[in-house]
Order: sequence, then C-alpha cells, then structure tokens
Amino acid sequence: MVLIKRIFAALITCCASLSLFAGWGDVNMTPGVNALSREIFDLHMTIFWICVVIGALVLGFMVYLIVAFRKKEGDKPAQFDDHPVLEMTWTVLFAVILAVMAIPATFTMIRAYDDAEGDINILITGHQWKWQYEYLEDEVSFFSNLSTDLDQRNNIAPKSDNYLLEVDEPLVIPTNKRIRFLITANDVIHSWWVPDFAVKQDAIPGFINTAWTQVDEEGIFRGQCTELCGQYHGYMPVVVKAVSPQDYELWVNEKKEAKIQQALLTEKLWSTEELYEIGEGVYQTNCVACHQVNGEGLPPVFPALAGSDLVLNDKAKQIEILMEGVQGAAMQSYAEQLSEVDIAAVITYTRKAWGNDASGDGEIVIPKEILDYKNNKL
Amino acid sequence: MSAVIDSHSDDHHHGPAKGITRWLYTTNHKDIGTLYLWFSFLMLFLGGAMAMVIRAELFEPGSQIVSPEFYNQMLTNHGLIMVFGAVMPAFVGLANWIIPMQIGAPDMALPRMNNLSFWILPVAFGILISTFFMEGGGPNFGWTFYAPLSTAYAPPTVTFFIFAVHIMGASSIMGSINIITTILNMRAPGMTFMKMPLFTWTWLITAYLLIAVMPVLAGAVTMMLMDIHFGTSFFNAAGGGDPVLFQHIFWFFGHPEVYIMILPAFGIVSHIIETFSRKPIFGYTSMVYAIASIAILSFIVWAHHMFTVGMPIAGELFFMYTTMLIAIPTGVKVFNWLSTMFKGSISFETPMLFSIAFVALFTIGGLSGLMLAIAPADFQYHDTYFVVAHFHYVLVPGAIFGIIAGVYYWLPKWTGNMYDEVLGKTHFWMSFISVNITFFPMHFVGLAGMPRRIPDYALQFADFNMVISIGAFIFGLTQLLFLFIILKSIFAGKQATSEVWEGAKGLEWTVASPAPYHTFETPPEVK
Repeated sequence: MVLIKRIFAALITCCASLSLFAGWGDVNMTPGVNALSREIFDLHMTIFWICVVIGALVLGFMVYLIVAFRKKEGDKPAQFDDHPVLEMTWTVLFAVILAVMAIPATFTMIRAYDDAEGDINILITGHQWKWQYEYLEDEVSFFSNLSTDLDQRNNIAPKSDNYLLEVDEPLVIPTNKRIRFLITANDVIHSWWVPDFAVKQDAIPGFINTAWTQVDEEGIFRGQCTELCGQYHGYMPVVVKAVSPQDYELWVNEKKEAKIQQALLTEKLWSTEELYEIGEGVYQTNCVACHQVNGEGLPPVFPALAGSDLVLNDKAKQIEILMEGVQGAAMQSYAEQLSEVDIAAVITYTRKAWGNDASGDGEIVIPKEILDYKNNKL
Repeated sequence: MSAVIDSHSDDHHHGPAKGITRWLYTTNHKDIGTLYLWFSFLMLFLGGAMAMVIRAELFEPGSQIVSPEFYNQMLTNHGLIMVFGAVMPAFVGLANWIIPMQIGAPDMALPRMNNLSFWILPVAFGILISTFFMEGGGPNFGWTFYAPLSTAYAPPTVTFFIFAVHIMGASSIMGSINIITTILNMRAPGMTFMKMPLFTWTWLITAYLLIAVMPVLAGAVTMMLMDIHFGTSFFNAAGGGDPVLFQHIFWFFGHPEVYIMILPAFGIVSHIIETFSRKPIFGYTSMVYAIASIAILSFIVWAHHMFTVGMPIAGELFFMYTTMLIAIPTGVKVFNWLSTMFKGSISFETPMLFSIAFVALFTIGGLSGLMLAIAPADFQYHDTYFVVAHFHYVLVPGAIFGIIAGVYYWLPKWTGNMYDEVLGKTHFWMSFISVNITFFPMHFVGLAGMPRRIPDYALQFADFNMVISIGAFIFGLTQLLFLFIILKSIFAGKQATSEVWEGAKGLEWTVASPAPYHTFETPPEVK
C-alpha cells in the first residue's frame, strides 16, 4: 500500500512538473551562475526549440498521413516514386537549418576554450573515489570525500536534502575572480562536472586538461563524477563553495595554520586509545570502500585485513604499503592524502580491530614512525 | 562451381535432417537464419533481465537489491549482450533468411562458413556469461570498456571478456564476408544494383562497415590483452602510453557500429511502409545514396563521443560539423518514408504499426542526437541520462522496433501461418506506450543533471526514476507476449498465402508459405 501511494505521488509530481512548469529546474538544464553557463543554456534552448519545431512538423505531418490516407474501399493509391525538385529542396533546407545551428555553436565553443591563466589556478586530481584539490599559488591541498553516511545509503536513516551530493571538505573559491582548473587523474579516468559552471572535463591519467570559471554570486554548487570509474563512481560528488575574496583569504590562512598544527602533532605522545579512535574514523572515510567495514575485503581484488598475516606481524611492510601503494593494484599511496597522524592511526586501528589484536604482535604505530619513514626516503 | 554440381549426383537430401544434427550441421540459410533469430531472442531476454535489475536498483534512492559492484556488472553486460548478442545477430538472422530469397539465390554463397559463424556465437557468449561465476565477477567497466578501468583496474576475468569479443568479431566478419559475397555474386539474372531490394542494399553497406571496423575492435582488445599480460603500455600513462588513444580506437569502431545496428532496420522499414501504403517506395535512388553517405560519414564522426576529453578546439569543431552533416541523409530518409505514405492507401497491420512508430520515435532520437552534436552544449549533456535517453530512442524504438516489425512482416513466410493480429496489436500498443514511459523522462533527469551509470542518485531525481522503472517493467513483461505470439504462429494460425500481404512486392513473396527448404534452385528472371 505504501508503495502504491509512493508511485502515485511520483506520477503526480512528474505530471505537475511537466504541465505547470512548477519545477522547471527538475526537467531542464540549469542556466548556471556565470556568463559561459548562461550562454550554453541559451544555445541549448535555441537548438531545443528548433528541434521541437522540426519534430512537431514531422510528427504532425505523420498524423495527417495516417488519418488522410488510411485505406478505404475502392482506393486507387498514387504510383509516383520520386520528385527530384522536392528532394533537392529539402536536402538544401536541412543544410541551411544546420548552418543556422552551427554558427552560434562555433562562437560559444571558442569562448569555452579560453585557457588563459587564472587569478587562481587549482589542480584537480581524480582518485578512486574522491577528488584532490591543490591550490597552486597558495600551496593548500586537501581531499574531498563523500560525507553521506552508510546508514542513509542503506535506507536505515532518513536521507538528507543533499543526499550523495555532500562532501567533508568542499572546494572553496572566491567570487569575481577567474579560476582556472587543471584537471587530471591518478588511477582511472574520472570527469569533473559542476552543472552551474557548465564545466565538465575528463580527468585522465597522464593528461592535464583545463577549464575555467568565474562566479559572480556566493553560494554552494554541486556536481558529480560523470565518467564510470569503478564501483563507487556514483559516490564521488563535487561540491564548490564560492565565498567573498575576504572570506577566501581567511579560509586560506586557516588551512595554512592547520597544516602547521598538524605537523606539531607528530611530536606529541599518543596513547593507543587515541590512535585507535582517530584510526577508526580515517578507516571509515578512506578504506571501507574496498576493505569493507568488517575488514574482510572483497577478495580477490581487495584483500582482507582481518586475520591478514601482513597486518598481524609485519609493521614495516604495512607502513610501506600505505606510503607507496601497491603496483598494479587498486591500492594507492596515501602519503599525500593523509597526515602522519592519520596514517599511524589507521595502521594502529587495523592492527587492533576485528580480533587482530589477539592473533598478531599487537604493536601500534605512532606518527613519529611515519615521519621518520618520510625523512629516510629523502 | 563444379563441386556443387558434383554433390548433387547422389540426390537424396532435399529436406532437413532429423533431430539435433539438423541444427548442428546445417548449411541451409533458412535454418541458420532461424538459429540466429532464436539466439538473439534468448539474448534479448537475458540482456532485458539485466535491465530489469538495473531499473529495480534505481526504483528508489538508496541501496535496493544489488551492490554497486554488481550493478556495474549488470549495466556492462546489458550493453554488451544487447549490442553483440541481441541486435546484431537478429539482423544477421534476418539477412540469412531474407537476402537469398530477395535476390533469387538458392542459398548463401559460403554455407559452411555460415554454419561456423553462427556456432561460434554461443561459445563467445558462454565465455562472457561464465565470468559471472568466476572469482572477481563479470566485466564491470561499461560496454565501452575505457582503459585503464578495463586494464590495470579490471577484474581478472577481463581476459575471458577479451577472448569473447574476439570470437564475436570473428563471427561478424565471417557473416559479413558471406553476405557481401552472396549479394555480389548470386543475384538473379536481371537484378542490377539499382533494382536490389532496400533491405539487401542496407545489408550490403552494413557488411562493408562490419569488415572495416571489427578488426579495429579486435586491435583494441588485443592491445588491452598486451597491457594486462605482457607488460606493454599502450593505454598506461605511467609507461608512456595514452588512455585517450583507447577511446579514439574504440569509437572509430564504435560509431560505425551504431550505424551497423540501425541501417538494416532502415531497409526493413522501407519495405514495410511500401507494402502497407500500397505504393512504390519514394526516392529509391536517394535512399541508396543516403545509406551510403551515412556509412561513409560514420567513419569521420567518432570523436563526438569524446567532446570532454580535452581535444584541441579544431578537433571539437571538425567533429561537431561532420556529426551535424549526418542529419542530412537521415532527414532525407525520414522524408522519403513520409512521402511514400503520402497519397497511399494505408492499412495498419502490426508490422506497419511498428514501422510507423519506428519513423516517429527514431526522429525523436535523431533530433536529440542533433542536440548532442552541438559540442559546447554537449559539455552539459555528456554522460548524463540525456545521452541514455538518446541512444535508447534510436536503439529500442529504432533498431529493436525495426527488427520486431521485420519479424511480424516475414513471420507468415517462415511459419506458413498468420500470427494473431489482435495479440500483435496489443503487443504493439503496450510496447509503444511503455517504451515512451521508460525513455522519455530520461531526457528530463539527464538535463536536470543525473549522470549515467550510477547505482544511486540524489533525491530530486527520485520521482522520474520511479516512473522510468515502472515503464521498463511493463516493457519487459510485454516482450513475453511477443514470444507467445511467435510460438502460437509456429503451431497454429490462419494459413498464409504466398503473397501474404496485399501489395507486397519482391521475390520472397513469390515462393510458397512456409518457404520450402530450398528456394530458387533455378534462378528467377528479373525484368
């Protein structure tokens, strides 16, 4: 019964949004928030209406044919089978209509392809299944992960308004500045899309693609990865927060300060419990996708951590895997993505959780060890 | 030629062999056509079942019935099976049955190769489907299998996938060689090229497309195999390779491939509209030239699938213009069909209903294709449900409706019985309505920003997705009716005449219904 009600509600909403134009945004492309996106929207609407007119004429003519020439008693169907002048006429007509479409499209294309330097240049790197943002001038760098929790995805908790379109740390950009995006990927091909900016650019390993935007109004703009990139392709949203240039400066300074604080933490004396607690959070965000909540993984592609000999007894090798990744497998290097504290904590967590504590050597890893590993490499 | 005459000295096999060996060893074009058609029907239901899983998962936001990983396997194999298992073998089956009868030939030119090209197909799909039962699961990288997702990051079963694609390619190439050889060499005396029936014409051109692009696909999967097992780096950026190269190679195959899936349907629909309008096809010559131009253009438009990979602007503009050009021959064809109906005497049997729906809905798919060709607007459309709507409009009410129309049209010739017209019309109306409920709202969710190939989605897309899923379930169930209608006409039904349809023209309507096991042993004379 609930299901039937739900289906009716869906039908009614769909009809309403189509007939009353109540939710035009739910059925059409967004005009977006900058000059380029509005221009592309206008182009889309022009082409759309041309197509609607052509479609209506063709389908209307079909209806006429169906009605007017249905078989009647004693019919004598005509026997003509060509008309060169008419055929030539409509061929030329098609060409003219196409030219009318191609001209504005060409100009829009040229404007979209402007790749001059920006006031702010941001390197965007796609990873399975998160985005990394590096501000080239300000030397700020961080990862942006989906923040919708598993309970919502598994229909246990009610879904929030921005279900699957929310992240732990959005990309922050200032308004009224030219922002240039340099887009690449670390593993497979991803695609970075923010509909409001009309920016969709594939993130391809070994290539750096460019796109740009300039936003006039403050706000939060949401998009998603649009190139199939593995099992969690549907779970790597893009969130961009546009703030005033003053707020942007404040934010950059905060990020820099946090980085210094983070470095100091490696000197601190850590207890097992503290590391375990941090590690659990890090694991939930970064590791569960492959190794699963229960540490069982999804063999053979994603190995189990629970009861793994390596996790139980080989601390040094485990650190190396976290820092370097595994060649030819989905495991990537986390040296850049996570702080020393986070890496130490998550290793500690995997060595203590799921009964690994009892069956292995039970040693923990402290942030200093990660720092030493980094320094030794230098 | 003498070998053929010699084998007739012991003159005892005029009818089919008995039992299973009839089908295993057959070199008869009608038997092989039947095998192809049943195989494609089986694959249609298998691929359709996968589509039902996809739509059940997308019925509501949130995880529903399958994991994201299995969802990816479903969408990948739905695509692969529908393209390579359902649509292409169905057209080859129709070609086998109909082309020799349309051109007045006794059989295909290379009957033993014909047998081989069919029987390796079940092997290929057996291999593909067996991957579901192996460690790591089936292919999960989309039917376009972009590297490096399909190489370094693929499940270990990708090797079986590559092998399966190789076998499918070999089957298609052999089938095409056979069709070309038959059409070029075995036409009845007097049947010049410009007197050839349009279905034969479309298949001649399609077969050339297949021979041109199937080796390219084989090359692409071989390069993948080398990357995976032999340490090369064709598509691995870290080794100096180029992931975009894969897409160029794939779509150089892939775009002609999508026309391979529609051109024979053009031919079928042309015959049906001509027959049921009781009027000769309008603009036969321009039809032939339009098909040929579409085929030639199909080789220079491939990168319109790649507008967002970061091509230089000259590339973007070139592929935008060439893609738009395709609208000209396609438009000519639509206008020719309409002009054929103009001043005709039209009746609306099931094949005609499906053909009219084909023209109408293919036009919608064509127009959304024109929108997608506009490169800057494609930045917003690319890889959203708008694209899914577009290609399903040209493939389902396009290619599949074309095939269904052809099956209804020629079914009485195959079985000797008329199908049940009331059930046929029911099948049509249910399919027509549900196909639009399924695919039309996809335009809306796509424009509103829903990416394709995602197992779960944001809340604003929920209502339309539910409607889409309901439409899909109805459409899926309706096809069981099609199976029933076909079975019924095999076993019972009004006896069909040789001509079957009032106003049907062509050599296939001069032989008895059901068509005897051997037809045109002496070639007819075409004036």
